[in-house]
Amino acid sequence: MAETNGHTSPISLIDDEDQFIIEQVKQSVLVTTVDKLIDLVDNINNWGRRSSLWPMQFGLACCAIEMICTAASRYDISRFGAELFRPSPRQADFMIVSGTVTKKMVPQIVRLYNQMPEPKYVISMGACATGGGPFKEGYNVVSGIDKYIPVDVYVPGCPPTPQALLHGLMTLQAKIDNESIRTARWYRSGEVEEAPIPILGPDIIDVRQIPDIRAEAMRVRAATQTVGGTATDRPDSTSTATAAKTLKVDGHAVSPKGKTAPPLSAERLAQVKSLKKT
Amino acid sequence: MVIAEATTVKLSEIDAVLKQVNALFPNAATKDTNGSLVVANDKLVDVANYLKDDLAADYCSSVTSVDYPDRFEVVYHLYSVSKQEGPLVMKAHADKGNPIVPSMVSVWAGANLQEREVYDMMGIRFAGHPNLKRVLMWEGFEGYPLRKDYKEPYYEEEKKPYDSRHPGGHHQRAEERVPWGKNVQYPAGFDPDEMTVIKTENLPLVDALDLRAGRFKTDRFIVNMGPQHPSTHGVFQMRITLDGETIVDLEPVMGYLHRNHEKIGERNMWLMNMPFTDRLDYICSMGNNLGYALAVEKLMGVEVPERAQYIRVIMAELTRIANHFWAIGFLLNDLGAFFTPSLYAIEERELILDLFEMTAGSRMMCNYMRFGGIAADLPEEFLPLCHDLVYNRMNRKIDEMDTYLSQNEIVLARGKGIGILPPDMAINYSTAGPVLRGSGVPYDVRRAQPYSIYDRFDFKVCTRSEGDVYARYAVRLDEMRESVNILKQAMNQLPAGPIMGGRKAWQIRVPKGEAYGRVENPKGELGFFVVSDGSANPYRYHVRATSYINLNVLGELCKGHTVADVVAILGSIDIVLGEVDR
Repeated sequence: MAETNGHTSPISLIDDEDQFIIEQVKQSVLVTTVDKLIDLVDNINNWGRRSSLWPMQFGLACCAIEMICTAASRYDISRFGAELFRPSPRQADFMIVSGTVTKKMVPQIVRLYNQMPEPKYVISMGACATGGGPFKEGYNVVSGIDKYIPVDVYVPGCPPTPQALLHGLMTLQAKIDNESIRTARWYRSGEVEEAPIPILGPDIIDVRQIPDIRAEAMRVRAATQTVGGTATDRPDSTSTATAAKTLKVDGHAVSPKGKTAPPLSAERLAQVKSLKKT
Repeated sequence: MVIAEATTVKLSEIDAVLKQVNALFPNAATKDTNGSLVVANDKLVDVANYLKDDLAADYCSSVTSVDYPDRFEVVYHLYSVSKQEGPLVMKAHADKGNPIVPSMVSVWAGANLQEREVYDMMGIRFAGHPNLKRVLMWEGFEGYPLRKDYKEPYYEEEKKPYDSRHPGGHHQRAEERVPWGKNVQYPAGFDPDEMTVIKTENLPLVDALDLRAGRFKTDRFIVNMGPQHPSTHGVFQMRITLDGETIVDLEPVMGYLHRNHEKIGERNMWLMNMPFTDRLDYICSMGNNLGYALAVEKLMGVEVPERAQYIRVIMAELTRIANHFWAIGFLLNDLGAFFTPSLYAIEERELILDLFEMTAGSRMMCNYMRFGGIAADLPEEFLPLCHDLVYNRMNRKIDEMDTYLSQNEIVLARGKGIGILPPDMAINYSTAGPVLRGSGVPYDVRRAQPYSIYDRFDFKVCTRSEGDVYARYAVRLDEMRESVNILKQAMNQLPAGPIMGGRKAWQIRVPKGEAYGRVENPKGELGFFVVSDGSANPYRYHVRATSYINLNVLGELCKGHTVADVVAILGSIDIVLGEVDR
């Protein structure tokens, strides 16, 4: 703080010589903590990631038309760096589920999702993809894609206008901005779980529910046998039930994603039973 | 003697047709209360051949079925393209226990996909059908959804309006009402362990079949294009059998967007279906609205005011221009000009969508027509903008497309001589719209059986004789010019006045009966077959979807070409999956 002859000397500001040296080092050498470094990496990483999101060229229904309009000259999705629609899931960063998800199509959608490399994001565009929309009551319509794959952003509308889709994209970008390599699931140890691909039987079968369905079948059969002892709709069912314990697709045995099925919780079983009774 | 008279008999005169048929085939046919020809099953093929050969009923527009409590009824709507008249409604009855009806594929090849749909949805089997498999649902699906006794997993009540969605004052989600927390139901005692999944076309796969061993060994193999493929215009799959690079056979596989339009439509009340029609062919919602409104108005007998008629025509023609811009843009996309022509096409479509948005409130799903009129009058700004668009811009832009694309070397090389559809085949396969007219058949519903007020306008039915990809492209270009023509006339004649006719009512009651309303939608003939039992809901609601029926011919068109041409041929047919699968 000393002032001599109106001049300010840098040396005079610092009393201690050691302190002066530390200040000099700080000016010429980057000193940081691990936390700060990771924040810096996160910022650069997220900025890069959110500025060049490559969507998958994948349209389902009406919403796909609005998605194409968003990519066209008036709304110009390339302002957000997301104009490069990739026909292959291997090259895509995010998937816009643009339209009604039907039972016949959902195995393919889940497979496409599994084929996308991490990091991957999903935008559920429109009422149908979000929850079934106007077609929810239909027998071939899945009540929202989030029953099978995780969704990051939901865009409401039927169909959402291009502006709404752009807002959805900006929301996704904001979400990416808050990511950190410390918490991102794709940097964690262990394998990232694939979404199980449902199977088309008499109706669509979520492989995660197979134990429940099996338990229900056993219950129904036991009930019919104890009540009348008459022939069920499949008389040889008891013998085949023990013989064939694996699910067959074209003669090849498949197991639900190679994992052992989780044991059926007592409360879920009770819930199923009570619902069936009513 | 009987044959000589036949040439003078008109298809639409049911009594004369009945007399003629019964003279040749004793006791083969009767007439029912709806004025349709009911033919005995054992004589059906003979009668159909007679109708086709001698009464010139060469065009099988629609095949569908109705589930009555005591019988199934298969309904055929027949027209004559060569004589530009019709319809003749032919019916066949099938019993409830074991419904079998002879197939009409040998008579009208266009019945192929439609009969498969009837089999899929109602379980009526067609004897002699070449490929009777499920088409919209997958093989192995439990139940026939359009039967009246079929109940969906989320079934609440038979008909809307439902009594209460809020039992005890609480909202209950559909997922909470079903056992699996999902929109699924399984047969009683169903055990997934014992199930064998029938894997036909449901999952993409590449099969290698060693069918032929010659000196130059080229295996035939099956390639599945789609349902996720950049050039299939949506979730559409083609099973292509290849010999080397040449296509031996192509089978369209659809149903990936089957969203139960007809089942939902039969639970809905009449007006509730209007917004659902938007989502059929979602590029041309105004045209779909018009078709449905016309079909129900036929039953109701309601008079539509002049102003509403003109506004309907203006909207329908704007839709046609928008659709054809889109179709041409994406045809070029398929030919390899990635997205640039489409960008120009979409720009024009956006301007038309602006007009829809200011009138109906939505860009795509307009939900604009009502039974007896339209939902809202034109806003003040509409006419000046529309006038500017029609008089100053559209023709210029169409010419611009013409200049840059029509003589383009690649368009010529990949369009001319590819996917040739001869005129007789086009009629036999029930194709419609630009596909039919591109083969030199001057058939346009607007001219053949003018609906709304199309008889007042002066326009050409555009045709090309070549029948190839380029001809279909050229027809679309010409049709846009004609639409601009019609728009000019309609805007000049637009009268003032009311926009809704008929009596105001809370609930629309439609008198008992059947009606088939059809319009010339941009993609072709769109038909709505409605059966009313006099209640607040349609008893049967069927859509004759152009895109779906045009796909009948896809396999034939592609044979002998290469995979790259399939993309161009499909683009020239111009399908929309919302309408294909419904």
